[in-house]
Amino acid sequence: MYERDASMITVDRPAVVCFPRTAVEVQACVRAAAHHDRPVVARGAGTGLAGGAVPVASGVGGPVVITTTKMDRILSVDVEDRVAWVQPGVVNLDLTRALAGHRMHFAPDPSSQQSCTIGGNVANNSGGPHCLAYGVTSAHVLAVDVVLADGSLARLGALEADVPGYDLRGAFVGSEGTMGISTRIAVRLTPNPPAVKTMLLDFVSVDDAAGCVSGIIAAGLVPAALEMIEGKMIEAVEAFVHAGYPADAAAVLLVEVDGLPGGVAEDAAAVASVGERCGARTVRIAADETERQLLWKGRKSAFGAVARIAPNYYLHDTVVPRTRLVEVLREIYDIAARHDLLVMNVFHAGDGNLHPLLVFDAREPGVLERVHAAGDEIVGASLRAGGVLTGEHGIGLEKKAYMSQMFSADDLDAQARLRAAFDPDERMNPSKVLPAGSRCGDLQGVPEGAWV
Amino acid sequence: MTADVMRAFVNDVGESGPVTCVGGRTAWDVGGAADPAAREVRAPVGIVEHEPAEMTVRVRAGTPVDVLQRELAVGGQRVLLPSPSPDATVGGVLAVGRSDVRRLAYGPLRDVLLEARYVSADGRLIKGGGPTVKNVSGFDLCRLLVGSLGTLGFLGEVVLRTRPVPDASRWHRGDEVDPFALVAELYRPAAILWDGAAAWVLLEGRAVDVREQASVLTRHGMVEVGGPPDLPPQVSSLTPSALRALDPSATGRFVAEIGVGTVHADVGAARAALPVEVVELNRRIKDRFDPRGRLNPGRDPLLGAGAEVAIRTGGGCRLCPTRSATGSDHRRARAERRADP
Repeated sequence: MYERDASMITVDRPAVVCFPRTAVEVQACVRAAAHHDRPVVARGAGTGLAGGAVPVASGVGGPVVITTTKMDRILSVDVEDRVAWVQPGVVNLDLTRALAGHRMHFAPDPSSQQSCTIGGNVANNSGGPHCLAYGVTSAHVLAVDVVLADGSLARLGALEADVPGYDLRGAFVGSEGTMGISTRIAVRLTPNPPAVKTMLLDFVSVDDAAGCVSGIIAAGLVPAALEMIEGKMIEAVEAFVHAGYPADAAAVLLVEVDGLPGGVAEDAAAVASVGERCGARTVRIAADETERQLLWKGRKSAFGAVARIAPNYYLHDTVVPRTRLVEVLREIYDIAARHDLLVMNVFHAGDGNLHPLLVFDAREPGVLERVHAAGDEIVGASLRAGGVLTGEHGIGLEKKAYMSQMFSADDLDAQARLRAAFDPDERMNPSKVLPAGSRCGDLQGVPEGAWV
Repeated sequence: MTADVMRAFVNDVGESGPVTCVGGRTAWDVGGAADPAAREVRAPVGIVEHEPAEMTVRVRAGTPVDVLQRELAVGGQRVLLPSPSPDATVGGVLAVGRSDVRRLAYGPLRDVLLEARYVSADGRLIKGGGPTVKNVSGFDLCRLLVGSLGTLGFLGEVVLRTRPVPDASRWHRGDEVDPFALVAELYRPAAILWDGAAAWVLLEGRAVDVREQASVLTRHGMVEVGGPPDLPPQVSSLTPSALRALDPSATGRFVAEIGVGTVHADVGAARAALPVEVVELNRRIKDRFDPRGRLNPGRDPLLGAGAEVAIRTGGGCRLCPTRSATGSDHRRARAERRADP
């Protein structure tokens, strides 16, 4: 179990799996690994989709996996300073539930929020539907206590507004375990909005729905969330959870606006008006909290619903400029068709964060090669449209070989220098994020035996 | 065209000799005085691309912030950059790293920068980050550059997140109000300022919401005013709750950002000790990015707003002669170490 994460990429088996309960124990694990020249791989709940927590051997032998799941306490909640100190193994949704009495929450809400940990969110700079208005994890982390590669403990960032020196906190968040292991995290608490309206817009054409997304952004609206679900995925979700989506729609948009009641009413009316102009067949506003939760349940159950269509799926994660959504979605359909694959889209449309799912049956001979080829082309199409490799899943092992499509050898060299300042011996989660030999520009393919 | 402009900037910066990047000189004393021997260069100027529907703008770093804001306003947008003077440049305010006074609602300056194209110490053009509003591809060089005082690289062109100009934007002032209570009483106010006696509140958003929130302020005896107070020059940082203990007899005149923790005062506050591990990480980053120390010599982000930084040397700082050193001791030690072949 500890040789894989949710990506199903596997490379090496861990030599040792540690379950520390304190920072001192994490330090001891890291020092012991250094003494025996073993790489260290930090792991939260293992929900990562890019292979970031998959152990890869280096040095003299097998990797030491440090699992943070036993460091699962919320240490303090300070409502006035709007900050909570948590251990890295605290589950994302558990934190938000614990804050409910204060009418506060932790804003990043990845799809895996019922099981993913705050430490993992920090390592991956995780996103989620509500990051459109509230920002990804980096915007919600004030300070992190980190065990560095030499076993020392450093606090990066501070509860004060600014800290002298470089933004070490900013460098660490999203570094995918390559710069150290968090042992305590100060997260920013976000006040719950006094009013929320959740709307469902349905379309008979995917182009119209994608055009509506651009229209909403162009109208100067910043919804709390703006999600799109299309095609066969709507049918699958409906059959799975009966969320009340029109099963014959080509695409639906789930739009949430929040804030003070007066502005929320105006924002909802403005979204409806853009929707009608863009060809929405119906615009439905959830009448109560039950209906609202049901609409969200549909979105959040999407990946589970795929199992009704085919036994396997490969979930991609790229970002494109929001004005290019229509053409990139068309291109993705063409790519899937060329490779004789079914593609379904359920994604964070408001920030252009695509999540195409290539759906298949792994028992079919040759299908994996087609899935890989189609994935390559989807990444290429996203980059050509002015987009980026990943919006929230991270690079890990999965996208490492693509890094040179987005960054020059000099760009990668600069990233390698930053990593080396934290971990000169590449002991922390080696072989992740940067292609091998980033300092001289050569590339290494996905490790042998990788994926599915 | 853009490639030529950037190429010219790369050539200006060159590959050797001390060099300093000049913006509007509005925060020229922050982090120490620039070495007068350093050759001066300026970042290129101009707005490269503004696509309002994308909520981003690509702009060259030498562009004055006010010029950028005027251009964005045509499309009903703005960027949350501070504008300490009409001369302040986009690259300058990013390098200095001070957030806009509306940070309470919109977050810190570092969240504004999406992509940076900068010239490295060895004269290469480097891209960090990406042009989209969401991106986790690779390590976050953008956040590293914000507040780096140009000591890791010189910003040439950046992509910034824009926001819609709100329908309504109103400042209020009052003498009889507890500004700390307002943080919880209001929903996402854009700014709450306090000088130890009076409080100022900026409300922004939909007109209907601003009216509703303004009625709360009216109940506290606050009245609408033209704008915020002048901000004293020295900037320091506390936790939001620690602002309660601010004492004008120690700081002189001050204006505190309630809910944020930033203090603008006549007299800079002494900072808490920095752990040696953090100082060491700062040093290692500088050494990896600029091993010859040629970029903006004399400026040091550890010295922030010119305040002395005490460095806690529990494990012993290997640079400094004593176990407890001030920032200037440390800087001297670093300079001596460099001079020593």
